Amino acid sequence: MSQFPNKQQDLAHHTAKAVDNLVREEWGKLLALLISQLKDFQLAEDALQDAIESALIHWQRNGLPRSPPAWLLQTARRKAIDRIRRTASFNSKSDQIASQISMSHELSELIKLDATEVALDKAPAIRDERLRLIFTCCHPAIEAKSRTALTLRTLGGLSTAEIARAFLDAENTMAQRLVRAKKKIKQAGIPYSVPEGNQIPERLQAVLEVLYLIFNAGYFSTHGSAQLRVNLSDEAIRLSKILLKLMPDIPEIEGLLALMLLHDSRRLARFDSAGDMISLKDQDRNIWDSNKIASGLKVLHTAFERKKPGPYQIQAAISAIHAQAKSHKSTDWKEIVGLYDELYRFLPNPVIALNRIVANSYYQGPDIALDQMKALEEKLQNYQPFFAAKADLLHRSGKIDAAEVTYIRAIDLSDEDTTRLFLQKKLGRMLRQN
Amino acid sequence: MKYLALLYDNEGSGPNPGTPEFGEMMAAYQAAGEVFEKDKVFVAGEALQPTNTATSIKVRNGKTETMDGPFAETKEQLGGFYMFECENIDAAIKYASLIPAAKTGTIEIRPIMDLSDLG
Repeated sequence: MSQFPNKQQDLAHHTAKAVDNLVREEWGKLLALLISQLKDFQLAEDALQDAIESALIHWQRNGLPRSPPAWLLQTARRKAIDRIRRTASFNSKSDQIASQISMSHELSELIKLDATEVALDKAPAIRDERLRLIFTCCHPAIEAKSRTALTLRTLGGLSTAEIARAFLDAENTMAQRLVRAKKKIKQAGIPYSVPEGNQIPERLQAVLEVLYLIFNAGYFSTHGSAQLRVNLSDEAIRLSKILLKLMPDIPEIEGLLALMLLHDSRRLARFDSAGDMISLKDQDRNIWDSNKIASGLKVLHTAFERKKPGPYQIQAAISAIHAQAKSHKSTDWKEIVGLYDELYRFLPNPVIALNRIVANSYYQGPDIALDQMKALEEKLQNYQPFFAAKADLLHRSGKIDAAEVTYIRAIDLSDEDTTRLFLQKKLGRMLRQN
Repeated sequence: MKYLALLYDNEGSGPNPGTPEFGEMMAAYQAAGEVFEKDKVFVAGEALQPTNTATSIKVRNGKTETMDGPFAETKEQLGGFYMFECENIDAAIKYASLIPAAKTGTIEIRPIMDLSDLG
C-alpha cells in the first residue's frame, strides 16, 4: 500500500511529460488541421486545450493510445462539438435564431467528419495544414508584434505566459493581444489559405520577417531565456525548417535558415561566464558550433545554385565568410564589403550602409571609414550602433578623446543593459590602455 | 463578405478637369470599375464632394449641433468609397489596390459588420 501512491505519482509524472513532449511536437499540426475543419481560431485552440487536459487524465489511467496525435485530434473535435452545442443551447434561450442555424450547420458537418474518421487508428497520418496557418498568422493586416506572438502560440505551441516572458510583457497584456489578433482574423475575413499570384512575394516576406524576429528575440537576449522551456532561436530554426519542408525550392527561405544556423553557431562564444557580450573580434572561434556551420553552409550552397539572390542569402553569405575565417584578422573583408554593396542594392537603408563602412574599416582602414561615416551622421543621429561603431573607429585611428565622447553618447542611447555594459567595458579598457 | 474601401487622398493634389492628366485618371477609374463589374464584386461606389462642403452634426441632450467642416482635420481626406462583396480580405486588398487613389493616397478597408453574428 505504501508504494502505491508513489507509483501513481510516477505514472502521473510520466504522462505529463509525454503530453508535454507531444504538445511541443504536434501542437502546430493539430491546431492547423482543427482550424481548417472548424473555421474558427479560438474554438480550435480551446478545443485542443480541452483535449490535452483530457489526455492527462485518460492516458494516466489507460496508458498511451496507439496514435496519440490521432487521439488528440478526435477528442478535440468532439470537444468542439460540445462547445458548439453549449453555445447553441445558450443562444436558443435568446432570440438568436440566425446564429443558431449557422451553428447547427457547422455542427452537422463536424459530426459527419467525426463519423467518417472512426477508424483513426488505421489511418493515423495527419494532414499537414501548417503552411496555411503560417500565412494566416503572418498576414500583414495583423499588427506586427501580434504576428510574432500569434505564430509562437499557434505554430510553436508556446503558452501565453511563455510568450509574454520572451517579450517582457505582462501575461495579461499578451493574452489580450492574442485575443485581438484572433478577433481580427475572424472579423476582417483574413483567409486561412496560402496566398496566390502577385500577393505571394509580399506575404512570404512577412512570414520570413516574423521568423527572423523570433530568432533575434532569442539571439539578443540573455535575460529570460533560461526561464523559457524553449529557446526562441531554436524555435525559429525549427519553424523555418518546417516552412522549407512545406515550400521547398524557395532560395530566400533557405537563405534565412542558413543565416540563422550560421549566426547560431556562435551562441556559446557570444557571452562570457558572467553573461556579458563578447564581440565577434574577441570570440573564441574554437567553440563555434562546427555542425551548425556545416549545415548552414550546405543550405546556403543549395540556395545559391538557384541563382536568385536576395537579402537573406546575402546576409547568410556574409555570416558564412566569418564562419570560415580562422581569425578576425584573416577574414576576407574585401569580399564582405562587396557583399554589403550587393545587400544595399536590395535594402538601401543607412543601417546597411553603416555595416558596410564598419567592414570596410578592416579592409581600407579606420580613417577612410570615418570619412565615409560623415554622410550617415544626420540620418542615424539617435542610433546607438552608429555611435558605438564610430567610437571604435576613432579609437582605432588614435583619436582617444573623441572616442571617449562618442562612447558616452552610445552608452546614453543604449536601452538594453547588456549593450550598455558591453560599451562601458570597452570604454574602460580603452582609457586604461591610453 | 462585404468590405467598404474608403479612399483617402490629399484634396486638391489631383489633376484639374479638362487636362489630359484628369482624363487619364478618369480612364483609370473606369478601367478599375470594369474589373469590379466583370468579377461581380461591385456593390456600390461614389466620389464625394470636397471637405469644404462637409457639415458635421451631433445631437446632445436632444439638441442638434451643426458645424461647418469634416469630423477631423487630417492630412488626407475622405474623397470617396467603394463597397465590394468578395470572399475574404485578400480579395478585398486585390481590388482596393486597383483603385487609382491607392497610388497617391491611402485606401482603408473595413469589413461590414454582419449583425446576425452578434449575440
